[in-house]
Amino acid sequence: MMFGIFVLVLIVVAALWVMGMYNSLVGSRNEVKNSWSQIEVQLKRRHDLIPNLVEAVKGYMGHERGTLEAVTKARQQAIDVTGGVEERAKVENALSQTLRSLFAVAEAYPDLKANQNFLALQEELTSTENKISFARQYYNDAVLRLNNRIQMFPSNIIAGMFTFQMEKFFEVETPEDRQVPQVKF
Amino acid sequence: MWELVRANQRRAAMLVVVMAGLLFLVGFVLGEALAPGGGTGGLFIAFVIWVVLTLVSYYQGDSIFLTLAGARRIEKKDNPVLFNVVEEMTIAAGLPKLPDIYVIDDAAPNAFATGRDPQHAAVAVTAGLLETLSRDELQGVVAHELGHVANRDVLYMMMVGIMMGTIVMLADVGARVFFYGGGRRRTSSRSGGQGQLIIVIVAIALMILAPIIAQLIYLAISRRREYLADASSALYTRYPEGLASALEKISHSTAKLASANRATAPMYIVNPLAVSERGLSDLTSTHPPTSERVRILRSMGGGAGLKSYDEAFRKVTGRAVGVVPLGSLAAAQAAPAKAAAPADAATRLERVRATTDMLWRLNNYAFIACGCGTTLKVPPAYLGREIACPHCGTVHRVEPTAA
Repeated sequence: MMFGIFVLVLIVVAALWVMGMYNSLVGSRNEVKNSWSQIEVQLKRRHDLIPNLVEAVKGYMGHERGTLEAVTKARQQAIDVTGGVEERAKVENALSQTLRSLFAVAEAYPDLKANQNFLALQEELTSTENKISFARQYYNDAVLRLNNRIQMFPSNIIAGMFTFQMEKFFEVETPEDRQVPQVKF
Repeated sequence: MWELVRANQRRAAMLVVVMAGLLFLVGFVLGEALAPGGGTGGLFIAFVIWVVLTLVSYYQGDSIFLTLAGARRIEKKDNPVLFNVVEEMTIAAGLPKLPDIYVIDDAAPNAFATGRDPQHAAVAVTAGLLETLSRDELQGVVAHELGHVANRDVLYMMMVGIMMGTIVMLADVGARVFFYGGGRRRTSSRSGGQGQLIIVIVAIALMILAPIIAQLIYLAISRRREYLADASSALYTRYPEGLASALEKISHSTAKLASANRATAPMYIVNPLAVSERGLSDLTSTHPPTSERVRILRSMGGGAGLKSYDEAFRKVTGRAVGVVPLGSLAAAQAAPAKAAAPADAATRLERVRATTDMLWRLNNYAFIACGCGTTLKVPPAYLGREIACPHCGTVHRVEPTAA
């Protein structure tokens, strides 16, 4: 009788533990999904802003056709991409790169720098760029937390039982992207 | 970050219980001392006062506070940069909703956050802050404020503040009754004897000590929360230098915040009352000395995570125990700090102009672009009248503008 109660208590405690562990794993996974959608919102916003920017600078930067085309092309590639996180990260980083060189080139056009519309767009795009990087920062933290849970004892037992998948990081630019953009006037 | 929030909540619950115990003790002993057997009555009165104050502040506290500070709510079009900075930090902090954004028309640079939970949060910054700080510095300050929101400091400080207020109030009322009315009753009920005398002595001691203890608890918590919000700010922005130089600029300012008083002072990022004596810290200040906060932020050695902050805190203050709860330290991940951003494009003059324009727009000034390149900014009293441009003499009719 005593032994029966003891076993029963043990089973109940174990069940509660599994439940708690499972729920916190689901929580971590949802956190990752949630923060990924935040990145997507900002990426979408950037894609929407770029045509306005190109339109605004076209009149001033006739000679910089190459820079403008690079931005438009990178944007199209970013919209068309169908791959996973790694693929997305690559094309979006390339887009950031072209935008950065566009703004660097714009420094040479005082008229453009005085244009209110351009300044407002520049603020919006710079801020969207920041938002993407903060969303990525948050997403990567969430991924690290989930992946740690999946690998570390004892939560790895539950993760294995219910086949939780490790998620991929949204990587910062590759080393060659990190270089200062080369601007030729 | 979650671990930090949870550790905060546990600690908060404990201190709320201690404060509540102190409050009810004061109520009970006071009632017992004034009328033998009146302890339960005193307890009941203390409880009612506390519940009413807590309910009022829970549901109305943020709007009362914002009104007291003279804050005005702004839209994105009023100040896109401030809005963007708050949006960025909302994302970095992982808050579910963008807080309402307010500005205070005051030249003293300062900021605070309010609201009982992240769903009802608001941040307010002064015009002086917008004029003084670069974008990176502003980001550090906003991140500090959102750190308060994410760590649930606002609700907690409010709860503890209300209890402190109730204790002070009860002690005050008790003292008055003793001196002006209680004396007679005490002599008439001398039959109560020794027991009653002891209770009266305890009551007097409590009335003197309880408010002091309550305030010390409150202030200690308040300072700790400031450190934690600084740590959160570094974590969110990954750029501790932004907040460090912002704090320096704020503390070097000599302007005094007109709308701050002792009740509202603990809410601000830098204590708005201690303009002259900043740098000194003692048990009676709500904020840690700014110079120390700056030194901690600058000693983080290239890191921006909670761990780096905790190490820097221990190094600078020489204290053995850090400021970040242990559970969250274990879960904290290393986070390298970002490199310095390129210098801000906007100069102070441009910021002052943009901020002033924003305040004028908020006050319904009409903006008229004259053909000669001048922008006329006309007070609302001139609406419907005609006005000549001071530079070229062109006459404009003042229409209500949408901008």
